[in-house]
Amino acid sequence: MSTPTRRTVLTLGTGAIALLLSPAARATTASMAEAIRAFTNGKAIAASGVSLDIPLLLESGNSVPAVVKVDSPMSEDNFVRKIALFNEKNPLPNVAIFHLTPQSGRAWVSTRIRLSDSQKVMAVAEMSDGSFRSGSIEVIVTLPACVEQN
Amino acid sequence: MARALINVPAKAKRGDIIEIKTLMSHPMETGFRPTQEGKIIPRDIINRFVCTYDGVAVFSVDLFPAMSANPFISFTLRATNSGVITFSWTDDKGETQVQTASIEVE
Repeated sequence: MSTPTRRTVLTLGTGAIALLLSPAARATTASMAEAIRAFTNGKAIAASGVSLDIPLLLESGNSVPAVVKVDSPMSEDNFVRKIALFNEKNPLPNVAIFHLTPQSGRAWVSTRIRLSDSQKVMAVAEMSDGSFRSGSIEVIVTLPACVEQN
Repeated sequence: MARALINVPAKAKRGDIIEIKTLMSHPMETGFRPTQEGKIIPRDIINRFVCTYDGVAVFSVDLFPAMSANPFISFTLRATNSGVITFSWTDDKGETQVQTASIEVE
């Protein structure tokens, strides 16, 4: 090999950075689907009735406001039992599982989450009759969270 | 764990739906972040949050590392009777912090 030129050194540098930024453990579309299957026990999910509200363009993924609303009267015999949040590209597909009761009054939760990349975020709700509903959103993150150096 | 901020209305009419906001101070270390020396900082997160109203668990959350540092959780409750609302956060070390608020329902 000839003496390294400025260009080869630069190429090596970017390669090393790319390696550093791609940790071995990383959720994928497949692992998100797997996590959702584990949550629903393989049952069918209706892709409606859940609204997931996240700003579409995020400067930082460290504290992303997320609001989930599910269409439900939240009465004693018809309420939302659980709301789970999933993501596609963080190191782990799960974000949180909220357990609600008729006492909740409204099927509504608001929280802040971490996103390590531009990706799809999905909310899945388990209703009291055992059925599932979902809603999702695609967001763009310019400064990712989770794996940054201390 | 340290400080928690909770916001519960002091008074409500019977049947009203009240909004509750909680903010707990915690680093929520993901277990995926390397230090400058390349070592992974061990995971340390709050993994469970429970809210009880008059002794009955009415709302809870299972948290994963994708929740932000200083986890913020906001939800609603139907005000049915005067009483105490308690909030508890449990982290990976098994430490639990409990905070209470009381509400007067007319």
